[in-house]
Amino acid sequence: MEKEIRVPLSREDALSLKAGDYVCLTGTIYTARDAAHKRMQEALERGEPLPFDIRGSVIYYMGPSPAREGRPIGSAGPTTASRMDKYTPALLDLGLAGMIGKGRRSPAVREAVMRNQAVYFAAVGGAGALLSKAVTSAEVIAYEDLGTEAVRKLTVENLPVIVCMDAAGTDLYETAAEEYRRR
Amino acid sequence: MRTVQVSHITDAVKEMCIQVNYELSPDMCRVFEEAKRTERSPLGRRILEQLSQNLEIAASDRIPICQDTGMAVVFLEIGQEVHFEGGCLEDAVNEGIRKGYKEGYLRKSVVDDPILRKNTGDNTPGVIHCRLVPGDQVKITVAPKGFGSENMSRVFMLKPADGLEGVKNAVIKAVEDAGPNACPPMVVGVGIGGTFEKCALMAKHALTRPAGEHSRISWVKELEEELLFCINGTGIGPGGLGGTTTALAVNVETYPTHIAGLPVAVNICCHVNRHISVTL
Repeated sequence: MEKEIRVPLSREDALSLKAGDYVCLTGTIYTARDAAHKRMQEALERGEPLPFDIRGSVIYYMGPSPAREGRPIGSAGPTTASRMDKYTPALLDLGLAGMIGKGRRSPAVREAVMRNQAVYFAAVGGAGALLSKAVTSAEVIAYEDLGTEAVRKLTVENLPVIVCMDAAGTDLYETAAEEYRRR
Repeated sequence: MRTVQVSHITDAVKEMCIQVNYELSPDMCRVFEEAKRTERSPLGRRILEQLSQNLEIAASDRIPICQDTGMAVVFLEIGQEVHFEGGCLEDAVNEGIRKGYKEGYLRKSVVDDPILRKNTGDNTPGVIHCRLVPGDQVKITVAPKGFGSENMSRVFMLKPADGLEGVKNAVIKAVEDAGPNACPPMVVGVGIGGTFEKCALMAKHALTRPAGEHSRISWVKELEEELLFCINGTGIGPGGLGGTTTALAVNVETYPTHIAGLPVAVNICCHVNRHISVTL
């Protein structure tokens, strides 16, 4: 029961995804983590544009290891999403459609996900070598001085992720652990 | 007196930084295989299978197991009959880290100041812990630590009256709070006793003990087994997406403490529990 989904994410596709779905993403996504989010927020405060068109976009919370010669990227797994929680609702309200990371989100993010019918995907943390195989090209498009934390435009082919929070706000982390909790 | 050139320390640290980020130690591979046999959740088994594939790809393609190649923690056990020559020992260790992270295509994740936060560009400095021991050898252990799990680690200053139950509750609370953020299945390092900083250091050091190897103190061994059982009953599971494998190992170290205290530190590590040692 794998779903193949194109990114940027259409409203229709976002609404079709349910928590627990195993999804392969193909298309264009952008990386941003702590420092890049801080800069994006500062840009918005100054009334400046974001480094990419946020509408329908999917942000991957990821800072890769350096690429060897001839390869698009190094190890490329997700980082903990909750560190971006402070910045996320504003981006969702501007049209961000999806996020890829790992770990729990704040109530404010969940509300913004529901308000904007967005999706939070989990990639498997610590599987950076495997996930890098799905990246076919990578280009730094902003904040190059941040090194691994720069914003990168990634082309991905069948990036394996799991829907962790769907547009209805259902959170797989809450339900899945209960199922296997010893009583 | 035995003379050791610090350049040998640099070379060893460099090689260990690279090796440990590409291949997990045999003890970790063993507990992984065991987890794949026992995990009850189908999605959990699928995630464990992905993690196994990840390890194979990392080793064959020379790509780090995880993009967070960590802040380099280095334990040095220095024989007191050793005399170092050729420069400052700490500089030599940091030079090894610098070279290893550059030549090994490892991520530079260290910022120069916790508030100003400018990346140092070479993953230095490491965190170096030295201990003087009898003899004329130098044992070096390199244990790069990723921060997804480091951020979920805790110190509890319990009261003596809290006893063993208090310790168990503290460890399980730390693991449940960590949940999916710490990239389970985790390895849990626990330090009990000593002082505030001593218990934290023991918890970190406990992570370098081979997974599956227990303490030689019988009550501590029993505690390790019971904690592992309880943690695997939390339901958190691989990737935090539900299952019966939340931890691969629980390693506990203890030390004498003060009549008024019961410090407990819980250092959580993800499944990429990297540790490697050499003796020069």
